Amino acid sequence: MVSTTLAEKMTTVRFRPDHEPHIVVDGDICRDCTLHTCVYVCPANLFSLLSDGSILFNHEECFECGTCYVACNREGAIHWRYPGGGRGVSFRDS
Amino acid sequence: MVAGAGPAGSAAALVLARAGRSVLLLERGEFPGSKNVSGAAIYGPDVLAELIPAFWETAPIERVLTRRVICVTSEESSLSLDFATRRFASPPYNAFSVLRPRFDRWLADQAVAAGATLLNETVADELLRDATGRVRGVRVRRPDGDIEAPVVIAADGVNSFLARGVGLQRELGGHDLSVGVKEVLAVDRGVLEERFHLEAGEGVTYEFLGSVTGDVAGGSFLYTNRESLSLGVIVEIASLAEHRVRPYELLERFKAHPTVAPLVRGGSLVEYSAHMVPEAGQAMLATLAGDGVLVAGDAAGLCFATGLYLEGINYAIASGRAAGEAAAEALAAGDTSAAGLAGYERRLEERGVLPDFRRFRMAPRFIMGERMQRLYPEIVTGVAERVLRSQGGRPKQKLLPAVTDEVRRSGVPIRRLLRDLWEGGRAFGW
Repeated sequence: MVSTTLAEKMTTVRFRPDHEPHIVVDGDICRDCTLHTCVYVCPANLFSLLSDGSILFNHEECFECGTCYVACNREGAIHWRYPGGGRGVSFRDS
Repeated sequence: MVAGAGPAGSAAALVLARAGRSVLLLERGEFPGSKNVSGAAIYGPDVLAELIPAFWETAPIERVLTRRVICVTSEESSLSLDFATRRFASPPYNAFSVLRPRFDRWLADQAVAAGATLLNETVADELLRDATGRVRGVRVRRPDGDIEAPVVIAADGVNSFLARGVGLQRELGGHDLSVGVKEVLAVDRGVLEERFHLEAGEGVTYEFLGSVTGDVAGGSFLYTNRESLSLGVIVEIASLAEHRVRPYELLERFKAHPTVAPLVRGGSLVEYSAHMVPEAGQAMLATLAGDGVLVAGDAAGLCFATGLYLEGINYAIASGRAAGEAAAEALAAGDTSAAGLAGYERRLEERGVLPDFRRFRMAPRFIMGERMQRLYPEIVTGVAERVLRSQGGRPKQKLLPAVTDEVRRSGVPIRRLLRDLWEGGRAFGW
């Protein structure tokens, strides 16, 4: 299939999730953010806006690209580092 | 010590190992290339051939690129510049398509064969410094993870926490960096060669500008591999954020464009991927050397992306090689201060890498501008349609009135257009 949903795309990618999240979103800083840029720019759609205005982040299928912290307009809202050695995304055919 | 086993790091490690130095090459992934994504095409193969003669005979090359298409798109139309030559079909070649997890792994293996020690699954978190600020090693995320070295080459990629941590690279923003999302689609080899009019083993690259990325500043690409296509969309992060569009939706939009859809028909998804690209050129070059440290490849912003030229791997290899040579020279002379490592910048200057960045310094911003992205592609395809559409019995327009009519329709003031032509000329022409 040429046209695919994001869910179908994500099933083609191999991940070895780290035991602990390598990205931590600071809810206190995000709460009064109105832009929620992270929700749009993430290539894996890992940021969700909850009904109470906070951001839920799932680190397990992260490409480690860095787009979220570059796009975020809130200083210190996204604490970002690489996952542990050998963990995280592992491309095979790209 | 070299942090990062991409093209820059592996080239540096190869050169240092050949100079008889003991080299530790750190890689955070399961294997070199497992975290790396680009188109991917290697232009300027002479850069690598100087290190590994006739590398194309042993390296995992997908196709020899003999044809290049630059395609300007509007919603329903496209106008292409299609260049093909037999001159690119024989050694030393002009470019190859590759798959990074295979190619990068192979290049790191060459460094290992020359004597470098590759340590996979090892994250370099920060540079260690002594009281004077001199870099003395790397802190890796392992038990007892402080590793000392007289010189560290930071080739840790576009996010470069190492270079930023010691102030050699500034904090980068959404205008400096683009994000690329990519798919590899499997296509039968015979179908692929027929569809793209290719001789066996040869390949084509397409680059697209205009409506394929919607209102978002950027472009897209489609490269042929042996039995697959690599295609993707690369967009400026600031523009993506401003328009609140999801990158994978742009990817779907790209594949559905009437010019692209027949090219990708029947392809089945093999792997989806994403990566950031340092696209600001001269404006984001790092300070290349500090006491005990050199910065190479994407970490230094040494990725040449001007729209017309989209070359990162060869500049990475050129910078890694220069860094390796400069480090070996500094070690032999017993002076690994920034002054002792000045041979790095001198080599990049002499070999034309830094002059290229200066010469095309205006190109990235020019190509990302709104008129270049949206209005001019519409004008260009509009003029083409006016000229090429059969008029039946009605009078035909000459070229100049066709252009002025399309410019008027686009709403771009003629003075603005002339200024853009001038700026485009300065960026690319003279």
